[in-house]
Amino acid sequence: MSAFIQYTLQGLATGGFYALAALGLAVIFGVMGVVNFSHGAMYMLGAVGSAVLLDVADVPFWGALVIVPILLFLFGILVERLLVRWLLGLDPLYNFLLTFGLTLLIVDLVKRRYGVSGLPYQLPAGLEGRINLGGLSLSSYQLFAAFFSVVLCVAVWLLLTKTRIGMIVRASTEDAERTRALGINVGRWVTPVFGFGIALAGVAGVLAAPFRAITADMGSNFIIILFAVVVIGGLGSILGAVVAGFLVGLVEAYGQAYAPSFAQVLIFVLMAAVVLVRPAGLFGREEAS
Amino acid sequence: MRHTRMTTLAAMVAGSGLLLTACGSAGGGPSTASGKISDDKIVLAVLNDQSGVYKDLSGPNSVEAVKMAVEDWKAKHKDDAVSKNIEVVTADHQNKPDIANTKAQELYDRQKADIILDVPTSSAALAVATQAKTKKKVYINIGAGTTALTGAQCNKYTFHWAYDTYMLAHGTGATLTKNGGKNWNVVYPDYAFGQDMTKSFDGQVTAAGGTVGQKIPTPFPNDNFATYITKAATGNPNVIGTMHAGGDLINFVKQYNQAGISDQIKLAVGLMFITDIHSLGADQFKGVTFTDAWYWNFDEQNRKWADKFQEKTKTRPSFAHAANYSAAFNYLEAVQEAGSDTGDDVVAKLEGKKINDVFLRNGEVRKGDHRVIHDVYLAEVKPQSEVKEEWDYEKIVATIPAAEAFKPEAESGCSM
Repeated sequence: MSAFIQYTLQGLATGGFYALAALGLAVIFGVMGVVNFSHGAMYMLGAVGSAVLLDVADVPFWGALVIVPILLFLFGILVERLLVRWLLGLDPLYNFLLTFGLTLLIVDLVKRRYGVSGLPYQLPAGLEGRINLGGLSLSSYQLFAAFFSVVLCVAVWLLLTKTRIGMIVRASTEDAERTRALGINVGRWVTPVFGFGIALAGVAGVLAAPFRAITADMGSNFIIILFAVVVIGGLGSILGAVVAGFLVGLVEAYGQAYAPSFAQVLIFVLMAAVVLVRPAGLFGREEAS
Repeated sequence: MRHTRMTTLAAMVAGSGLLLTACGSAGGGPSTASGKISDDKIVLAVLNDQSGVYKDLSGPNSVEAVKMAVEDWKAKHKDDAVSKNIEVVTADHQNKPDIANTKAQELYDRQKADIILDVPTSSAALAVATQAKTKKKVYINIGAGTTALTGAQCNKYTFHWAYDTYMLAHGTGATLTKNGGKNWNVVYPDYAFGQDMTKSFDGQVTAAGGTVGQKIPTPFPNDNFATYITKAATGNPNVIGTMHAGGDLINFVKQYNQAGISDQIKLAVGLMFITDIHSLGADQFKGVTFTDAWYWNFDEQNRKWADKFQEKTKTRPSFAHAANYSAAFNYLEAVQEAGSDTGDDVVAKLEGKKINDVFLRNGEVRKGDHRVIHDVYLAEVKPQSEVKEEWDYEKIVATIPAAEAFKPEAESGCSM
């Protein structure tokens, strides 16, 4: 029984991290209708960025947690201004292909510059230990990452649903023409959303640096799991991404414990089951046809 | 329109020109008579991963190592060299057996390669062995681990120079078990290499008087190992063995270190290259035991060679780099002795040859199965505090003598 609780704890910790990693994907889709395939590459840039900052400028983990998302925010704005915005009016498939191409480009450039075997990174000071509760134990870092992720998810949800900024952003994307007629500069509000989504991928990347391999390919496998998370949660739904993040984390942990070779398959079985019953995902809105 | 037509025409002319040249040289044909150098040149081809996961541990720097071998060989033989015209060519097989197969044909036929070197990834390595057999040309494998190259799928023209799964399992599995690590749990990626390694480790640990309790398969690739590690720690094992490689290995080790069990349970890694330690940092791997085919800082001879290598590449050599050098150099020596680069002549000179060089200590090219045996090393990763310079990561715990390190010839299952 204690083993079961241990697995559950681990699943929840992983789940929190998945929720945050998928959050940017959900925000960009929910607000702009763009399926951002380059999310995995941006996540990789976040991790590589923190390793490079540490190596070149001795910036510790906590510094990277602030600097890297800002840099990625600016990079996201650049990508939106130069590339994504020109395809916004077209079929979503165009932006999907664009961001897919962008992924290949970014991954190969990182490989060229930093090689393929990965970059070193240590646990941040103060979080090396483990926290013991009775017979159970979790690494302090894992716990911190999960907690930090959940707080950030809630903050983003509040920002988009409860504030004036959130309202303007949602109005701008829902009906750009009419929002503009109300005297709001729509373009000014949509671009930062893309930057914000990319910055969130960056935060997930920084969080991943201490416990995952930092290689150019680290996002390629991860993006598939993230897509499973957002599809289960309902594309574009922030609450959905969070709930599905935890769900996937738990399924994966139980899978690893009780059916090791099927751990990853189980995630997609869950996805298939959810889509069969609720095609728009757990919290997705059904499209009016 | 006119312009396009002109371009097409020009392209066609150029194309047919190329075709003619190709036919021309093919018409000259390789001379098969003994005592001759075909096409008046010796061509060494390095076929490996130039851009993917195995790029750092072998890749372009192995090509450099082969070029170093050519230079050193020319310096040694000067005027009595059987040929002064030596070329090094290279191709990227992207770790895919079908690409390796086509590239090998292309190298042997079109680029006139007399030998193919390296070829990591077992499935690709076996595909090239088949080509070597059909074309009757020499092939020395360095980068792949499968024992099939010198076992069920061995042939007259294929040699296996550096390591294999048996040697890794024997070195790490048997030695750790004899030193008191009786209870093992093994975590492995669920594909051919991982399954092979697990079988080898199971055999060696059991033979040495230990037991492998749990064998836990994981998906490949995979980046979340948290629960696998918790599971592997159950049942009070002395040793957890991981058969992962590359990025998966780094994921595993990072998460293993955070699982808070590294003080009680020893971690053994099936296959590891020095580039893995470099990329993760010594502290993350400290205390990890593995078998190494060669270590650059082992003695003065290795160090001197590693310094030369570093001048060219700005990095320290992995065992694969040194093995490529050794294989290329000894191939050229065999050509010199034979006075010919014809496959059969060179093979005759290589078979049974005893070699001592920078890579091979007490080395011997076994005649029966073409397994090249040599001393190998049980290594432990130093903590960062004991690392005196960059890449100084390994403490050699034991030397495993050549005669014990590899599968006995009688058990190889090879018939040529």
